[in-house]
Amino acid sequence: MAEMTASSSQDRSQKGDTSLGHIAYVLRDNPVTMLAFGMLAFFLGCAFFGPALVPYDPLATNAARALEPPSWDHWFGTDNLGRDVFSRVIVATRLDLTISVAAVALSFVIGSVLGAAAGYWGGWLDAVLNRCLDTIMAFPLFVLAMGVLAALGNTVENIIYATAIINIPFYARLVRAEVNIRRNAGFAQAAKLAGNSDIRVLAFHIFPNALPPMMVQVSLNLGWAILNAAGLSFIGLGVRPPTPEWGIMVAEGANFIVSGEWWLAVFPGLWLMLAVFTFNLLGDGLRDIVDPRKRT
Amino acid sequence: MLSIKDLAVTFKTRKGEVDAVRGISLDVGKGETLGIVGESGSGKSVTSYALMRILDAGGEIRAGDVTFGGIDLRAASERDMRDIRGREVSMIFQNPRAALNPIRRVGHQIKDVLIRHAQATRQNAKQKAIAALEAVRVNDAAARYDAYPFELSGGMCQRVVIAIALACNPQLLIADEPTTGLDITTQKAVMDLVGDLAAARGMSMILITHDLGLASQYADRIVVMKDGRIVEDGTPETLFTDPQHPYTQKLVNATPRIGASIRSLLPAEIRTAEPVHKVHDRPLLDVRDLVKTYPGKSGPVHAVKGVSFQIKAGQSLGLVGESGSGKSTTSEMIVRLQDPTSGHILFDGQDIAATPAARFMRHPVRRDIQMVFQDATDSLNPRDTAASAIAEPMSRIAGLSGAKRRDRVAELAELVGLPQPLLSRFPHQLSGGQKARVGIARAIALEPKLLILDEPTAALDVSIQAIVLNLLVDLRARMGMSYLFVSHDLNVVRLLCDEVLVMKEGEIVDQGPTADVMGAPKHPYTRALIDAAPQPPRPVAA
Repeated sequence: MAEMTASSSQDRSQKGDTSLGHIAYVLRDNPVTMLAFGMLAFFLGCAFFGPALVPYDPLATNAARALEPPSWDHWFGTDNLGRDVFSRVIVATRLDLTISVAAVALSFVIGSVLGAAAGYWGGWLDAVLNRCLDTIMAFPLFVLAMGVLAALGNTVENIIYATAIINIPFYARLVRAEVNIRRNAGFAQAAKLAGNSDIRVLAFHIFPNALPPMMVQVSLNLGWAILNAAGLSFIGLGVRPPTPEWGIMVAEGANFIVSGEWWLAVFPGLWLMLAVFTFNLLGDGLRDIVDPRKRT
Repeated sequence: MLSIKDLAVTFKTRKGEVDAVRGISLDVGKGETLGIVGESGSGKSVTSYALMRILDAGGEIRAGDVTFGGIDLRAASERDMRDIRGREVSMIFQNPRAALNPIRRVGHQIKDVLIRHAQATRQNAKQKAIAALEAVRVNDAAARYDAYPFELSGGMCQRVVIAIALACNPQLLIADEPTTGLDITTQKAVMDLVGDLAAARGMSMILITHDLGLASQYADRIVVMKDGRIVEDGTPETLFTDPQHPYTQKLVNATPRIGASIRSLLPAEIRTAEPVHKVHDRPLLDVRDLVKTYPGKSGPVHAVKGVSFQIKAGQSLGLVGESGSGKSTTSEMIVRLQDPTSGHILFDGQDIAATPAARFMRHPVRRDIQMVFQDATDSLNPRDTAASAIAEPMSRIAGLSGAKRRDRVAELAELVGLPQPLLSRFPHQLSGGQKARVGIARAIALEPKLLILDEPTAALDVSIQAIVLNLLVDLRARMGMSYLFVSHDLNVVRLLCDEVLVMKEGEIVDQGPTADVMGAPKHPYTRALIDAAPQPPRPVAA
């Protein structure tokens, strides 16, 4: 499909115009989507430029100013080692987003390939795949991720793999269902008559039609993956201290809530919540953008 | 009994307000059947939804009065309307399967209505529901009471829907395209049933349909709607013999019927001479003992039981049959989307059934056999523009690209009468007729020798159907293609085809030149099909 439009410059310029116009339309049409995209831009900004802009080194300790409440010097206060909580929260954005985006991308790709193949060809392939996915889903997913990390060791890559594995079944199931209802659709048959092999029909004609519901799943999963990574760190199976990461910061800060130093846990927790909230709101907007039927 | 005065309905949409009905007035007397005829978008269904007060969200009755038996339906409270719907005024919908709850036994669904309107008590509801099923001539009603909708055929489902609609003896029945999607013999059975029941109960009926022939057969009076207005009103005979409004004339002309020629379907001012197509003696396609058997849960299903026929170069063959006759399976095997269980398909003397369907895309004959699908909407990828849909076979098979391909797409669009600016649109932005043209342009892009047309006009309005059929006739003469025209509509086959095959239960029961088969049917099934097709009164020579 891509090569077809790319070959004609006229088509391309027309398509570009309408795509941009379409995104603008979707954003204007729904203020919630607008808000979600604004917040996404903010988090992406933090991830790219945050480390360069923050006022303090997130790892630098200062015993003299430990456990200070929020002030003009330290907007979010300082922790028990005198590190600036604001700097740590902002710097952690990059790591948390990387983990969630990488994990979701991985599970999206693997889940799509498996699910599309199962949905299109059916038969024993479908049966085998479904039972494998059932097996994964039968585990408590968080426990499965803990097991993967405990076995492989807790590095950032392994957190990504563990998060990806527990997300694969959701994508595979969704794609399987979407592909399955379209495998005998008229346009799939017409594509075969036009000389496309089965794989081409699947990849270029049927699969793109499954994208709108996938986008909703992606955005929900991004938020969920952040929570998952933070959860793993919280119980000590994720990122290791002193690396700034929202989950660890909440875990470490939790010890101080009883003694009244609430800011250690609340601000990273708030950021985590906002990020998850953003991704959850993003879903409908993303779906509308990839759905050609919304172009009117 | 029902009186509508100056009814106007508007819908709020993204692009502002749309007037669906713009001030129509009509009356339905006791025991009278009124046909409302119009093409899609004419507002005929909206009118009936408005009087039942079941308009979709965004729809609003702007003006007018609707009085039914002395009750002002527009002013009635929602609570009163709930009592009126089903008991006084009932409705049957287009798709009977969708109108039934798929997970409830049909008998219970009838029982629900009876109890809701206090026509039965819990004790005698079952008995009354069975009686209602018997009234719509369901065989073995007591056993069918426990059936789920998916266990019943389309015609049987529609009977159940009718039984639900009539369970409370309403005074007015609204039938909204009650037979669309049903086989022609089933259509006749259902319509005869509804007509008989209405007559026996002295019930009034509004029959909403796009089929002027059907309306003329069953309605006492017909109103023709266009763009939310009534353009003409009269008895079927006067409408057909002496249509006054130009739109009615166009509709009457476009309705296929005995004695019409393909060009006479078009409005008089754009008629040209019908081109002649040349039929050669050389057989292009020779199908021998084609068999298709599917493994089924209760033993093998014999979809096609050994059919043999020939299509000569340049010839158009009609393949007629009802659903389940094996006509679609046969055409899919010929177009090589399915593998036959046994048999040969000789195309230009070469057995193309020897190459499995999964590898047929590289076969040199791939470009010579193409197909136009039944549902134009379903056959276009919702994510591809019209231009890329038409270009697809050229880039995959002919290897055309760049400016050459773009020019060819433009040329094809010209050929099928699709305006150039529409090429950059997505399918959902095109009308049904435009989508049909895109499908045809895609199929003829590689100049195939054999084009299989699977009910290409089934989903189209009659005036669009007339144009598409004429386009097919022009293309046939111009490109020398052979057609295999699969259809259930004998009136259309009669216009387009040189020879005809009639299939029933996987076998060919009748075949021969169209005039012979249609004029003097030998097989009783062929005769039943011909009798079931609604025949509008003949117009005076237009």
